[in-house]
Amino acid sequence: MSIRVRFHLPYPAFTLDVDLDLSGGGITAVFGRSGSGKTTLLRCIAGLEPTADGLLTVNGETWQDGARRLPVHRRSLGYVFQEARLFPHLSVAANLDFGRRRIAERERRVSLTQAVELLGIAHLLERRPERLSGGERQRVAIARALASSPRLLLMDEPLAALDHARKQEILPYLERLHDELEIPVLYVSHSPDEVARLADQIVVMGDGRAVAHGPLTDTLARVDLPLRLGEDVGVVFSGTVLERDGEWHLARIGFDGGEVWVRDGGAAVGRTVRLRILARDVSIARSHHDDVSIMNLLPATITTHAAEDHPALALLQLHVGNTPLLARLTRHSARRLELAPGQQVWVQIKAVALVG
Amino acid sequence: MSPTDLAAVWLTLKLAATTTIVLLLVGTPVAWWLARTRHWAKGAIATVVTLPLVLPPTVLGFYLLVLLGPDGAFGRLLQASGLQPLPFTFGGLVVASVIYSMPFVVQPLQQAFEAIGEQPLEAAATLRAGPWDTFFAVVMPLAWPGFMTAGILGFAHTVGEFGVVLMIGGNIPGETQVLSLAIYNHVEALEHDAAHRLAAGMLVFAFIVLLLLNVLRPGRRR
Repeated sequence: MSIRVRFHLPYPAFTLDVDLDLSGGGITAVFGRSGSGKTTLLRCIAGLEPTADGLLTVNGETWQDGARRLPVHRRSLGYVFQEARLFPHLSVAANLDFGRRRIAERERRVSLTQAVELLGIAHLLERRPERLSGGERQRVAIARALASSPRLLLMDEPLAALDHARKQEILPYLERLHDELEIPVLYVSHSPDEVARLADQIVVMGDGRAVAHGPLTDTLARVDLPLRLGEDVGVVFSGTVLERDGEWHLARIGFDGGEVWVRDGGAAVGRTVRLRILARDVSIARSHHDDVSIMNLLPATITTHAAEDHPALALLQLHVGNTPLLARLTRHSARRLELAPGQQVWVQIKAVALVG
Repeated sequence: MSPTDLAAVWLTLKLAATTTIVLLLVGTPVAWWLARTRHWAKGAIATVVTLPLVLPPTVLGFYLLVLLGPDGAFGRLLQASGLQPLPFTFGGLVVASVIYSMPFVVQPLQQAFEAIGEQPLEAAATLRAGPWDTFFAVVMPLAWPGFMTAGILGFAHTVGEFGVVLMIGGNIPGETQVLSLAIYNHVEALEHDAAHRLAAGMLVFAFIVLLLLNVLRPGRRR
């Protein structure tokens, strides 16, 4: 995928001003607080903001430049709105067919069966949208967008209107979509959990601008970014299941630079998994200790450090081999241990989450 | 019923049907524009469309007569293009009825369009439906009760008109004499039995229309 996006859209309350080169496939999370311009950016890309000035090319196809704008219905995109926006006068099957029958035969790369199967909605086809639960509705909306074989899938907080249980119901489907289809996805979210679980790349939005963008692991590990994740500052990286210990219900995960033990989540040996380690769960020791309860002790090198929002706190970036970690500690401790970049230390990781 | 009365009934139905069809064709784009525009002229246009609601029908009829007559602006235009002058013809009745019943068609349609909102239209556009396609595949089905209400109201209101028709059409039996005029003639001639037959028919018709509207009201379906 290669998407060139440049937009300028002044509103009374804020101005969207982005200039981005998005490349690489998979899911790109557009992350930021509400009001940071995430949704507006997505609507500009879809062509739903007629007054936006800018330039947009998607895989070499120009969708907008200067005065020329491709109308929304000529853009090969799928859009999943926060509310499912199913057509109430049509059955689920007719909703799914709405976009599909409007594209040329040779453009149909995703079959209806494939979309239905991927989202697990075969049993809902005859129903009316009003007889679906919120989670089912959103699954139908995703399938409907996929069935139009888009070159680019835009998802605007598709889970935001759902409760926790419904979110957990849909996330596995989104992961399958990621694994089984090659459609690049722009996924707007303000939830660090969703980002950690789904994204390959991330664009961080703040006040209508793209503050940072890049691969998820590297971008999350930057200490100089006002990511404003608060308690959720941390890193996400992938590893491989090396061993499962039946007696203690633990799994050993290897990653680029080391190994950690995590609670066994059921993933088979050899599977690739995502790990998430929050900065507040990482503490630092100058020497190796055996007499602590923490299982995961790893040698690491301090790379940089930065002040946190609260004056008592500091944020440290370390590397375990090639994998970056973040640790949050008090400034007082950092001073007492005389921590500085380049130093070899031991990190004690209290909790590692398997996120997918 | 006398042949003149039957002719009046037939003429009324023909007029109402023609007017309703023209109104739906003309009123739909007007209502669509009013429902979606943020143009500064929206208020003015909406007022003009609503004017027949409050204007005495004779005033409307009088101005139409002046405009469409041989000395009026439109009348001269018509004559210049070799057409018959409109007053005192069926065509004149249709033009007058369309203007007179316009608010009864535009308002329900406008409300129906406004209730649909932007969201389904955006969804349709992202699913490759162009503007016309979206109108027929999404807007029409969703606004269907609005179209029914507009059609019924337009038809019924045209059936019941009197003042405008009298001014622009005169009272020519078989030509421009509609039901309400026929009833008026009967009463003037003290033929109360004949008046009763037509008037009772109108009453029943009005009742059925309102009943239909109640049944069709959105939210009461199913």
